[in-house]
Amino acid sequence: MNIQQNTVSENNFEQCIKCTICTVYCPVAAVNPDYPGPKQAGPDGERLRLKRPDFFDSALKYCMNCKRCEVACPSNVRIGDIIQSARIKYGPKRNTSLRNYVLANTDLVGSLATPFAPIVNTAVALKPVRFMMDKVMAIDHRRIFPKYAHGTFTSWYKKHAAEAQAAFPKQVSYFHGCYVNYNNPQLGKDLIRIMNAAGYGVRLLDKEKCCGVALISNGLYNQAKRQAETNLASIRTAVNENDLDVIATSSTCTFTIRDEYPHLLSLKNDDVRDRVELATRYLYRLIQSGKVSFKFKEAEPIRVAYHTPCHMEKMGWSYYSIELLRMIPGVEVIVLDSQCCGIAGTYGFKKENYRTSQDVGEPLFRQIEASGADLVATDCETCKWQIEMSTTKPCENPLTIFASRLA
Amino acid sequence: MNNTYDVIIIGGGATGAGIARDCSLRGIKALLLERSDIATGATGRNHGLLHSGARYAVTDHESAEECIRENMILRKIAAHCVEETDGLFITLPEDGLDYQAIFVESCNKAGIRTEILDPDEAKRLEPSVNPDLIGAVRVPDGAVDPFRLTSSNILDAKAHGAEVRTYTEVMELIREQNRIIGVQAYDHRAKEERKFYARVVVNAGGIWGHGIAAKAGITVNMLPAKGALLIFGHRVNKMVLNRCRKPADADILVPGDTISLIGTTSSKIPYDQIDNMIITPEEVDILLREGEKLSPQLAYTRILRAYAGVRPLVASDDDPSGRTVSRGIVLLDHAQRDGMEGFITITGGKLMTYRLMAEWATDLICKKLGVNEVCRTAEIPLPGSVESEKEVERKMHGKPIAQKRSSIARHGALATEIDSRDSIKNSLVCECEEVSIGEVEYAMKNLSVNNLVDLRRRTRIGMGTCQGELCACRAAGLMGKRSPVCAKKAKEDIVSFLNERWKGMAPIAWGDTLRESEYTTWVYESVCGLSDETEKTSMP
Repeated sequence: MNIQQNTVSENNFEQCIKCTICTVYCPVAAVNPDYPGPKQAGPDGERLRLKRPDFFDSALKYCMNCKRCEVACPSNVRIGDIIQSARIKYGPKRNTSLRNYVLANTDLVGSLATPFAPIVNTAVALKPVRFMMDKVMAIDHRRIFPKYAHGTFTSWYKKHAAEAQAAFPKQVSYFHGCYVNYNNPQLGKDLIRIMNAAGYGVRLLDKEKCCGVALISNGLYNQAKRQAETNLASIRTAVNENDLDVIATSSTCTFTIRDEYPHLLSLKNDDVRDRVELATRYLYRLIQSGKVSFKFKEAEPIRVAYHTPCHMEKMGWSYYSIELLRMIPGVEVIVLDSQCCGIAGTYGFKKENYRTSQDVGEPLFRQIEASGADLVATDCETCKWQIEMSTTKPCENPLTIFASRLA
Repeated sequence: MNNTYDVIIIGGGATGAGIARDCSLRGIKALLLERSDIATGATGRNHGLLHSGARYAVTDHESAEECIRENMILRKIAAHCVEETDGLFITLPEDGLDYQAIFVESCNKAGIRTEILDPDEAKRLEPSVNPDLIGAVRVPDGAVDPFRLTSSNILDAKAHGAEVRTYTEVMELIREQNRIIGVQAYDHRAKEERKFYARVVVNAGGIWGHGIAAKAGITVNMLPAKGALLIFGHRVNKMVLNRCRKPADADILVPGDTISLIGTTSSKIPYDQIDNMIITPEEVDILLREGEKLSPQLAYTRILRAYAGVRPLVASDDDPSGRTVSRGIVLLDHAQRDGMEGFITITGGKLMTYRLMAEWATDLICKKLGVNEVCRTAEIPLPGSVESEKEVERKMHGKPIAQKRSSIARHGALATEIDSRDSIKNSLVCECEEVSIGEVEYAMKNLSVNNLVDLRRRTRIGMGTCQGELCACRAAGLMGKRSPVCAKKAKEDIVSFLNERWKGMAPIAWGDTLRESEYTTWVYESVCGLSDETEKTSMP
């Protein structure tokens, strides 16, 4: 008997056997009854959309793209990708809202804001301004905006670091991302300090654009694709021409470049994908292979609670960050339950999502408060904002903690 | 109890339901008897293809003309049962383009609109088509849902005074000299014999009509021809795909609601096997091998189930060998043919021509009863088809979009009667097909549902990817809420529903379908403990 050529369907959604574990793990479905949950929005809905595209349900916009459904799925269904792809294929083609445009264009807004950082930071912290943004742009007035740095990371790098970095015999390329460039150049400086201590010079890519994650989630797919193409070209130069690994300090940028580019933007990256990774994992592997070692200074013991961002969970890489923290003398690491903090990039900034966002994060916030930690560590910048806004604890990237304790 | 009618119709397929409607519209008091549920025979076991007639154009001009006429009528009167997809007759290199010219000419002669397409244009219109095609002709084929069609006819018949009894099996025809005056039937639910009388008894039993006629000592020589089909898990094609060549096995791929169907095979089977449809590995093999030629995607698309129906082909009366079959409509007035008054048989034909068959039969009934009313079934829309989808949608509020559109597809204008007042009523019973609690309650109340399998025919519950995995127990719970059922009966109903689902999955049980059915087995047998019930009910 001629059994079908492939007994496993090429239509990934057909692998779903309706076990519904994904919906159990979905942070949004748990708190927002308007969201039908990943099983229905994903594989079930896909089947209906194939029947008729107008079965597309606008409630798919409530998906945070956390991919926890995919981690939970025992059948390897790319549920989150199916939902995001459906939004791209069947959703509104034009992004009409100014709010979404502003939130999505982290590069543009960052470039405009950094030269006037002190003014911008003060302004967006003012109640009347926040009230205005709420009314005019539907950015929730309760949301606290991340502070912009006065001057970008790249301009600092060019002026103060480029020359010295080039002198190192071993080199690594760095995808800094918007957060380091516009909000927290210190994290980039911390990475450079660590890599230099390991004997590596840090180079920037020829041309770096925002990875595009916010553009994708706000429906600006064409722009996301253009930026992704620019980034991939620069990464290819680094990897293929200069034989350099590319590391990043943001878990979401890393995840987007590695997985969202091929899955959502249909851009092949398999020639460079394995060479793009998160800095903590890169460092951990260098240390484990005995190639590098670090000297730490004596410092006050602290208790650090590690929070696993959703995209770290998806990549399965939080282990590396946790172990890296454990190598630091005087740091006691406790690992928080892996659960979504609720911010999901620009999602939690939107007025209509504010309640969902805070409800999703609530169990995490409670665990943080009860942990007795001095500091929370996490690899995602938006998780950091959410945790700092919603708890009494400060939150830092593991590399910042690592760098601060280097001898 | 009043048990006298003008006419008794035996058989609850599309034809029987159509006759019941036609009679009721003409003021004739009709009783319809069906041994099982509506649309359980050939009506519910075919492609669901709204033939344009193009398939018969070359070989059977008369059928082709009937088809295109009925096609246009059904689009009007049964709009909510029909999907106007259009169809392509494609020519593959192995077929050669010669046939296309004859085909187009024959179609035009029968009044079937054709449009010869450039292969690239065909690929643009239907991306799933075999890219090797060398020619394509567009025709007004479509899809028709046989369950909805039958159910709507029943609804309208009842609304005009007809009585419909499902699960009532005709055991004997009551004969008085050379006249049939009624039937003796067994009510499977009440478990009792009943007698019904009428001046005319209509045999609309499809292939089973052979056995019904035999009860009157009359021979209607039927040739059971089995046709097997495969259902794919989702819609592969947007348009009906046919091969532009002499009709053969597995050369029609029909998109129907959420799925696609490939079929059919054709094999003669002995009459005593018509209630025992088994799909052989060879049939599955043919369907896949030929299906892939229409649309290569079928090679890796998940198959949901396999099933087969029996065509009620009738041997010509003047050919004792039984080799010459008629695919056309066969209306037998047994008074003329066999000297038996008050008994007629309507058979042959196709789902497509059910209305015309009903018209012919009802015309004859009228003649026998001396009723002078004309047929109006070609003009009056069926319940559900009185308003356009858009108009219905405007009246419905509060349902999520996919649920709303799914229920309108199933019930047309009657979807507005589904309770969607709160989130409980909008909770899903069947997640694959978006069937809400409100819809199940509507079906139980209005559409004569006796068990879970009936409910499936009215709502598509359990017809999606999971084949009953999530909905069976939920639906059983709602059934029990409507009227108190003992736990044993409820369990038996779930078992029979799930076993019926498994029957269709068994012939194609590999890959994800097998994984899914194993999971379902684990849920119901191991978690819910239904395995005891399985053993008990499978005992003779």
